[in-house]
Amino acid sequence: MSKKFTAIRLLCAFAIAMALSIAIILAVSEEPGTAIFNLFIGPLQSKRHFFEVFSSSVPLIFTGLALGLVFKSGNFSMISDACLYIGGVVTAAIAIEIALPAGVHPVVIMIAAAAVGGLIGSIPALLKVYFHTNELVTSLMLNYVFYYLGIYTITKFLADREAGAFASRKYASTAVLPGILSGTNFHAGYLIAIAVVILLYLLVFKTKFGYEIRVSGSNPQFAKYSGINTSRVIILTQVVAGAVAGLGGAVEQMGMYQRFNWQDSPSYAWDGVIIAILSGNNPKMVPFAAFFLAYIRVGADLMSRRSDVQNELVSIIQAVLILFVTAERFMAGWKQRQEAKKALGGEV
Amino acid sequence: MGVLQDILRTLSLPEFYFAMFRSATPVLLTTLGAMVASRAGTNNIALEGTMLISAFVGVVVSAFTQSALIGFLGAVFAGFVVSNILAYFVLKLNSNSVISGIALNTFASGGTIFVLYLVTGEKGASTSLPSLTLPSVTIPFVKDIPVIGAVLSGHHILTYAGLILVAVIWYMFKYTRLGMHIRAVGESPDAAESVGIPVKRVKYIALSISGVLTGMAGAFLSMGYVGLFSSGMTAGRGYIALATQAIAAGNAVVGMLASLLFGFCQSMANYLQSSPIPLQFIQLMPYLIIVIAYTIYCFMVEQRRKKKQLQAAGKKKG
Repeated sequence: MSKKFTAIRLLCAFAIAMALSIAIILAVSEEPGTAIFNLFIGPLQSKRHFFEVFSSSVPLIFTGLALGLVFKSGNFSMISDACLYIGGVVTAAIAIEIALPAGVHPVVIMIAAAAVGGLIGSIPALLKVYFHTNELVTSLMLNYVFYYLGIYTITKFLADREAGAFASRKYASTAVLPGILSGTNFHAGYLIAIAVVILLYLLVFKTKFGYEIRVSGSNPQFAKYSGINTSRVIILTQVVAGAVAGLGGAVEQMGMYQRFNWQDSPSYAWDGVIIAILSGNNPKMVPFAAFFLAYIRVGADLMSRRSDVQNELVSIIQAVLILFVTAERFMAGWKQRQEAKKALGGEV
Repeated sequence: MGVLQDILRTLSLPEFYFAMFRSATPVLLTTLGAMVASRAGTNNIALEGTMLISAFVGVVVSAFTQSALIGFLGAVFAGFVVSNILAYFVLKLNSNSVISGIALNTFASGGTIFVLYLVTGEKGASTSLPSLTLPSVTIPFVKDIPVIGAVLSGHHILTYAGLILVAVIWYMFKYTRLGMHIRAVGESPDAAESVGIPVKRVKYIALSISGVLTGMAGAFLSMGYVGLFSSGMTAGRGYIALATQAIAAGNAVVGMLASLLFGFCQSMANYLQSSPIPLQFIQLMPYLIIVIAYTIYCFMVEQRRKKKQLQAAGKKKG
């Protein structure tokens, strides 16, 4: 019953989000047919667009995993934003300044980005454990600190003075992730993302540490009394989450970019929140949730290119989805009636 | 050495302190809003988005009605509406307040650009809208006092409103029925319920107040000195308010001091932009200093708690 109910509630949330976006398009657009068609069907129209969905889901998988892991441990840090951004900066630095052979370069970059990401990820956790701060508050502030440090690093050491806009010099040709399918931007980063999904799934569900994370998240008091070192769990989960986000920054940069030009921090970490929620903080489901969001994103880009509706519509869809999916008592009345019916039916 | 001289010279300028109050205003108003919500037991993460929507609505309404007052009321009303949406999801549908807040922030950052484009055909700023600003106020007598006049007089009307509201909120928590109800609900909802306080209604009211205050902050951003809306113009001020609110721990006066600390850093950052320090270091300073202040504060609270515990344990033994 409860699983079926969750599914129905999820469907209703989707239906509300879709209905709302259609209503908005009908209200503002002069060519609503084109807009709606491209938003929902657009990505299916060509091979290139369909695989664009896969490649755009790559950073979302990484942040979805990172946020899901943090939520699972009962914490609420947004530091993955900084980890991903600085992961990208580290990528730029190594891809430009250090010459390495083809196979080795991406590996070194990914290890370095993950290490730096883990380091940054640990800061709000350490502050929480040793100074009793709220990790959400400190992570939100630190995101800005690291963002400006990243901008500083790029402009001071790596900038391309001739580019005319904010951009680093070009990456070495050895520091790229190879494409998998010609004619599309589908790249090897997707396979790395899936590998990380499997690793995190094993970590969360098949190891002792994963068990400790789950217990600390669902019942912190019990975790303490049963001898789990909750401070260690808090710190280590955020180190792992930060490393995953940092790795995500590296993979995204090497897979999709030839130079660093993130003038604003991309909002992948915030998208990670909705991915984590849709996946129920289960790593296994993250690629599907990320696929869904990326699909809508690609559809919205096509819509804004081919019709008069802007792609910011996605934020509205995203917000409505989060609101209704996480609303515990949304449709509770319906559930109660169904249960009552069943109970009464059983009696007769 | 040159930098130190720059700082000292800046500290001697009355204009610097004037700018400090100006930069502190939106954070101060939002801090008060965060405080009212937090004392009622709900963390209002949606402040960032609320402020953004209010800033936007203020500009649009004032441009179309050609009345700054109606624009201001529109901004405040928008804050009220957004916080009530949050309240509905958190209180009625049992949503997690942080996640719902994040959803509303996402909605605000995309939604404002979406509508801005519909209204103006641009995504960056509302430059083409003839929006109005709220006035500044010179205080008679005070303005003639040397130095103090230059610092305290001539501010934006909402800066004064913010300072007055510090006293109002402080008084509300200390002496009024509503303030006591809010505190009771925040500290122990069950106990409050058992003595007949309508817990949910009090929380709704608290969130509404926080929305109204944040709406004023939004109006200050877009109808204050700048007179236009630009996408993402809140620049994390709603998040800063969460930190300053945490430092204040429910005391409006401390909240004002924490906001002024932010204003101080921000205004110093503006004055040092021509100094040899890299621009980005200056820009990150306000955020870093707030984190450090917040961490020190939390550490002190914890030390005090431990000390009390030890004392209590000692007494029991004695």
